[in-house]
Parts: sequence; structure tokens; C-alpha cells
Amino acid sequence: MQKEAAIRQPLILGDKTYHDITEDICRPIESKAPKAWYVLLSIAGVVALWGVGCILYLLGTGIGVWGLNKTVGWAWDITNFVWWVGIGHAGTLISAVLLLFRQRWRMAINRSAEAMTIFAVIMAATFPGIHMGRIWVAYWVLPLPNQFGSLWVNFNSPLLWDVFAISTYFTVSLVFWYIGLIPDFATIRDRMTKPLAKKVYGILAFGWTGNAKAWNRFEIVSLVLAGLATPLVFSVHSIVSTDFATSVIPGWHTTIFPPYFVSGAVFSGFAMVLTLLLIMRKVMHLENYITNKHVEYMNIVIIVTGSIVGVAYLTELFVSWYSGVEYESYAFINRFSGPYAWAYWSMMTCNVISPQLFWFKKLRTNLTFTFVMSIIVNIGMWFERFVIIVTSLHRDYIPSSWSMFYPTFVDIGVFIGTIGIFFVFFLLFARFFPVLALNEVKSILKVSGEKYKKMDHHH
Amino acid sequence: MAEKVIFAMYDDDTVLLEGAKKLVAKGVHVNDVYSPFPIHGIDPVIGVQHTRLGIAAFLYGLTGTLLAIVGIRYFMIVDWPLNIGGKPSFSLMENLPAFIPITFEFTVFCAAHGMAITYLLRNKTLPGMPARNPDPRTTDDKFVMELHASENSKYSVEELQSMLKETGIIELEVRES
Repeated sequence: MQKEAAIRQPLILGDKTYHDITEDICRPIESKAPKAWYVLLSIAGVVALWGVGCILYLLGTGIGVWGLNKTVGWAWDITNFVWWVGIGHAGTLISAVLLLFRQRWRMAINRSAEAMTIFAVIMAATFPGIHMGRIWVAYWVLPLPNQFGSLWVNFNSPLLWDVFAISTYFTVSLVFWYIGLIPDFATIRDRMTKPLAKKVYGILAFGWTGNAKAWNRFEIVSLVLAGLATPLVFSVHSIVSTDFATSVIPGWHTTIFPPYFVSGAVFSGFAMVLTLLLIMRKVMHLENYITNKHVEYMNIVIIVTGSIVGVAYLTELFVSWYSGVEYESYAFINRFSGPYAWAYWSMMTCNVISPQLFWFKKLRTNLTFTFVMSIIVNIGMWFERFVIIVTSLHRDYIPSSWSMFYPTFVDIGVFIGTIGIFFVFFLLFARFFPVLALNEVKSILKVSGEKYKKMDHHH
Repeated sequence: MAEKVIFAMYDDDTVLLEGAKKLVAKGVHVNDVYSPFPIHGIDPVIGVQHTRLGIAAFLYGLTGTLLAIVGIRYFMIVDWPLNIGGKPSFSLMENLPAFIPITFEFTVFCAAHGMAITYLLRNKTLPGMPARNPDPRTTDDKFVMELHASENSKYSVEELQSMLKETGIIELEVRES
């Protein structure tokens, strides 16, 4: 096995053995859930129900109940959609891109990050779905033979590209996640004593045996899926940004959008991973697996992507001036000094200035500070999408059509509701699924485990 | 005739790997190895062929690309050409740039799902399949080597057992199958 430099900090703390890892990860599944879990699930459940209620009201009444008007035809719905899709990207980045780069620190966090991706993409897909107004005919976006003459979907449209990109991204992420879960479900199946649970995990484990050939295939499948998922990360958010960039609205019509959206997505995704993991490591006592070093690495990704986003904001401003197009210039002057300036400056503070504090090692290794920062970044990234969408639309070419957007309770309810649904999913995942990739963590124990590193040092 | 199968259990992957190397050097055929995580380096020792799932994925991907191009051309250019927003559908070559995103997505879709389904079928890992690992501990922290008496006819079962005992095993079991 390839040895790692002794000066590298261990990724698995404590004198862990293979069996300890199994015990630590299976404990939350095998024992009773703590009270805190029920409390959190109830809160998330109530919020989720409120959201579902708002969605049903919206579907029953029509999207007139949103605060949209003739000028601002896209607002919170698409903001939330782009925000949620972005959050999903960190999961794929951690599981796929870092796998290709052979980064061992991904092992402890990839499983929950992938789960987050799946749930975030489901939440994202909700928004274009309900924005159609008639969600029951959502299948019209697929090129199916139909009764309206040979009327096919428009393959030239970025909105249709979205359909294909997001459904591919979702299903591929799901397959990637599940294939990684199979061996770990087998571990739980083989340990379970309760007959019903044993049966359920037996079904979920697909009869996994863990023989040499299966592992050989497993590793290749993981690698190829990672190779396939990596360009998907870039394609999905580039395509989402193309929804805007192919239009001729000042503030949207920019070629910088694809790279800028992708880095923003990774930025917000890592922030959400941190929010979830910092709570999870504490509640489920995973401090030995999700170490300060893991958090620090993630914070470094946040500095990098946050800085790229910062450069993109400044480039946008420069180009709007340099283009010499008065509409374009006005769109940006209006962003930072118009009626939505508060949103613009919130975005700037949260996304550009605050992550720069992570340059200080003391701050990026401080867990409380990281937790607060992860929430700030997510708020900032929500504002970024809001600023792009609403401030570009609310004042267009004709001043007589200028207008403002104010959210109604349905706008707010649906958004908060999706956060509730997301947390319900994540809490259920944390209770019934192995939150760490057992087999992957075991495979790095001898290389990055504290005990083994010490042993090597003595030799 | 009932076949005798020997299961030798180890508690360390490196010990098993070294043991397997010694046994194979003596001409013993190791049928399989069960482990809670991949043991790197075991495949060439016990003669596990490298999987061709990667090639399969490429072929599935290629199928996806072709299907997407043929499909989009039929929908947009042959069957019902529309002039959408002043962008009429002329020919495949002229419209190809706009068709690239969906072609790409469909390629990835077919490659990933085709490969995943093939993987599950080849592995015989499908919903509801019974567990076939020899010992439940092999998914936790134990490593098991499987030897078939019929494929090691030059040694008797007792000889195989004594050879295995020298490789640092913790448990040994002979089963009739």
C-alpha cells in the first residue's frame, strides 16, 4: 500500500481498528435515536408540511399567488431553483472530482455530501415543476410521440437542456451514491439482529458478497462514474446559466455566466456540506472521522471558489462599463445603487468579503466560526441569484414597464418549505443510512489512521 | 460428490495478501477472497481478470451519442421543422451546436446507467438477492480466503489446511457443498 508522508495530519483519529469503524458508524442505525433527532425531525417536518401546503395551494389556485408581475416574470422560484441546484454540486465535486484526484480526505464526507446532492436536486427540480403551473403535464418536456400532431419539444432551447441536464445529473448521482452504499448496507445486514430490519437491509444490500471480483468491478465502476459525473457538474450549471445568458436582457446576456455559476455552485455547495457535517459530527460523535483537517480543507475550497466568484462580480462590473452599452451599464449601476442595492451589498459582503477571513488559519480551523460562515455564504449565494434574476428584470428597456417584486406568503412558504423537506430527508438519511462510506474509510485506515501513522513513525 | 471447500479467515488484509502470495507460489489455486473493502494487489495474485466494464461504458456512451443525434435530427429537422424565434431548423450540421448539450447529457446518461445495470447483473447484486458471503464478519473486519479441494487436486485437504495455518490465519473451516 502506498505510504503517506508522516508530517501529514491523520484523517482518522484515535486508535481505531476496522471493527471500531463499523461500530462507530453503525451505532446510530442500531441504537435508539437521540431526543435531539426527534426534536429536529419534528421542526423540519412542520416546516415541510407548511411548504407542501403552500405548494398545493399554489397548484390549486395558479401561480398568480406568487408575487410575480408582467415585468418580473421570474423571481424567487428560479432563484430557489438555481440556489438548490448549486448546493447539489459540492456533493458531486467531493465524490467524483476528488476521487479522480485521489484525495483521501473525501472518504469521510462523500456519503453525506452525495446524499445532500440528491436531496438538493429534488428540491431544485420542484421549482421549475411548479413554475409550469400545470405540473401534471410535466411529461410534455420529454420528446414523446403525442396527440398534437408531430409537435416535438424544442431542442434548441436552454430550458429543455435543463430538463435533460438535471434529470441526467440526478439519476447519475443517485446511481453513484447507491452503488457506493451497497457494500455498507451489506455490513449492516450482516450485523442486524432485528429480523425486520435485517430483511430490509438485506434487500437494500442486493446480496453483496464482497468477493475479489466484485471489489474489482466496484472500483472501476466508481472510477468511471466519477469520470462521467465530473463533466456533469460543469455542464449542469453551465446550462442553468445559459437559461439567462442566451436571452437579451441586460445583466443576463454575458458569456462569463457558465464558469461563474459553476464556481458559485461549488462555493454554496461546500458551505451547505459544512453546515450539515458540523452538526452531524457533533450529534453523532464523528469527531474522529470528520476532523478539523477535513473542515480546513473544505474551507480552503471555499476561499478558492469564493474568490473566483468575487472576480466574476468585478469582471461583470468592468465589462458592463467597457461594453459601452448604456442598457448594460445601467443594469449594473441599478444593481448597486437602485432599489435592490441592499440585496447587492448583502451579496457582496457575504460572498466576497467574508470568505477572505479564511486566509487566517486560526479562523479556518475554528469550527464555530466555520459554521457561522457556512450559513453566511449560503445566504449570500441566495442573494446572488436573486440579484441576477430580479434586478435584471425589474427595470428593462422601457421605463414605463419598470416595477418591483415583493414576495407573497406563498413565495416565502414554498422556499422555507423546501428547506424543511430537505432537512427531513437528511435527518432520515442520517438515522437509517451509513453516513460515512464504511468501506472507503476502512481502506484508508492504514495509510491515514493516527495509530498506523504513529507506528510508521517509530520504525 | 460433495465438494470440500476450505474457508480460512484472517484479521488483516496485508497478512492475507502475503499468505495468498505464498500459497499461489506453491501452486495452490485460491478460488476467492471476501473482504470488507478492496484489497489492493490481490487481483493478479489470485488471478482475477481486470473487468471490462469501462469498455462497456464507452460502448453504451457511443450508443447514447448516436441515438441522440439520430433522434434530434428526426424530431427537429425531418419530422416537423419549426422556425422558433427566427432560428429555423435547416440541416443537422447547421443546427449541431444547439444539439450538443442534449447529445452530451444523453451520452452520459446511457454510459452511466448502462454500465451500472451491467455491473449489477454481472455481480449478481440485485434487490432481494440472498447474502452469499461465507461469514457475516467479512463485511465488518475479517478477511476470508476460499479454496476448493477439487481445484487443488495435487494437495489433500489436510495438506492445504496445514499450509494455510502457516499463513497467519485466525480461523479455519471446511464445509461440504
